Amino acid sequence: MNAQLMLIQVFNGLVNGAFFALLSLGLAVIFGLLRIVNFAHGALYMLGAFVAFALGQAFGLGFWPALLVAPVVVGLLGVALERGLLRRLYGLDPSYNLLLTFGLTLLIQDAIKQVMLTRYAVSSAPYTIPEALVGATNLGFVFFPTYRLFVIGFAVVVCAATWFVIERTRVGAVIRAATENPTVTQAFGIDVGRWVTIVFGFGVALAALAGVLAAPIYSVEPYMGSELIIVTFAVVVIGGMGSILGSVVTGFAVGVLVALGSALYPPIANTLVFVLMALVLLLRPNGLFGLPETK
Amino acid sequence: MTALPVTRDRARRGAALVVAAAALILLILPHVVYPVLALDILAFGLFAVAFDLMFGFAGLLSFGHAAFWGTSAYTTAWLLGHGQSVPVALLGGTLTALVVAVPVGFLSVRSIGIYFSMITLAFAQMLSFLALQWTDVTGGENGLQGLARPGLLGLDFTNSMHRYYFALVVFALGCCAAYRVVRSPFGKTLVAVRDNETRARSVGYSPTRFKLTAFLISAALSGLAGSLFVFGHGVVSLEVVNWRTSGEVVMMTLLGGTGTLFGPVAGAAIVLLLRDVLTTASLPVGVVTGLVFVLAVLFFRRGVVGTLQGFLKARR
Repeated sequence: MNAQLMLIQVFNGLVNGAFFALLSLGLAVIFGLLRIVNFAHGALYMLGAFVAFALGQAFGLGFWPALLVAPVVVGLLGVALERGLLRRLYGLDPSYNLLLTFGLTLLIQDAIKQVMLTRYAVSSAPYTIPEALVGATNLGFVFFPTYRLFVIGFAVVVCAATWFVIERTRVGAVIRAATENPTVTQAFGIDVGRWVTIVFGFGVALAALAGVLAAPIYSVEPYMGSELIIVTFAVVVIGGMGSILGSVVTGFAVGVLVALGSALYPPIANTLVFVLMALVLLLRPNGLFGLPETK
Repeated sequence: MTALPVTRDRARRGAALVVAAAALILLILPHVVYPVLALDILAFGLFAVAFDLMFGFAGLLSFGHAAFWGTSAYTTAWLLGHGQSVPVALLGGTLTALVVAVPVGFLSVRSIGIYFSMITLAFAQMLSFLALQWTDVTGGENGLQGLARPGLLGLDFTNSMHRYYFALVVFALGCCAAYRVVRSPFGKTLVAVRDNETRARSVGYSPTRFKLTAFLISAALSGLAGSLFVFGHGVVSLEVVNWRTSGEVVMMTLLGGTGTLFGPVAGAAIVLLLRDVLTTASLPVGVVTGLVFVLAVLFFRRGVVGTLQGFLKARR
């Protein structure tokens, strides 16, 4: 494989990695504070794309406003889910929350499938690239689609901003304190329950944001998140549930590694990430950045 | 002290009554619902029993049990497609599931809780991709169809009734095996490990070894169930390794009653009958089953049999 082809694959991998990073970042933020794995993350990612599509159909809302509106709408839905459903299961085995969100996944996916079929008479819908980002950009070694470059850059910015807020600001300090020890944080007069809701809503909004970004690349389709979320789980296992930074770095790194691996040997494209996961589990059972888990 | 034998006697009589009732229901089942659906209830029922060994008794929520069900289903289909007899196909499927479970179990049982769930799910997805790509063996998107099931001991397996009663015998054997495991010292130790791993280790048991053994037994029984499923339908498709199948068996177990061992069979019957009704009424299956799942997790965590047991205990 020559150097040029390899560089192209690196950029392709970064695009996939951008989605892994945004999704696993959301999962990591939620897991940190709530100790639950949100199985519905993939369905909410799809919902982000769908909301962008539906708003475009109904009000002619374009990509740029949708990039803000869809995550807010889906994030508010996340807030409602946390307040209405997840909250009832705290204190039980965290497996029950995984099961609850699995049920929600089935519900959301098939509901959207039904809506798309009855309201729009399609099973999947394309989403146009915003005009400013149409075409390709000369990177010196290749012309790469401008929109995909934007996705990489945008995801890096969002991830960096999230990292900054959590590690360097007062709000982040509160969230980290509540993650470390909810009881003591509560004793300092901080309403941990409210922060749990906010953080869940934010994690869900990140998933929806990834969905809007994905809409012009893959078309809007009810099951677009179901396989992606399982690959993201593998990414999370590789990175470990320990750190925000870990989930982002692992997301991009796995994206690139898988792209390079599948260029060398195409049939391995879909399974390489799981092979990586098995290897990491053998050598570091808690993942690359993870701390030993306590039940 | 004198009351003890009487209570035990009554409990035993109660248990015998329940077993007899269940046996009766399963014997007349293919005359109530169509035989292929009845056989599905047996296959998924055994699958859910095997799953409950893991979730109810070892306390590990596997989200990738479709890997073993599916591996066995494909092996069974391949063997039947290559002219092997039904018992060879069933055994071959079960053994292959067991073989696949060795590395998967080895890598996953060292993790606990949600990590375990995600790892099993990821490995199942890997097998699902393999099944999609290895078209020579699996038929890829098309699956394998029209599999011959040569008759046996005067049974004609083109007749769905014959298939059902043969499957019922296999199902009963599988259930006996699961019962023996749970009632054995091994089963008791497993529950001890589930309830307090540190204590179990301090008295000299190796938790990881017990969990791995449970994982292998559960995988083999799931494999047997998967091969029964293919035996019932004569076709196999990618659906058998799909993550939805992994989720479905969790739902069946939860609805039937986690940790009740045979309750999950009732759960399987509920889910399959519900799905059958929904499909014929052309309602969105996922929306309704998803809703049932959510409601079950929120309000009905003990399941049908678990609730019934609690009710009987309260009356006594």
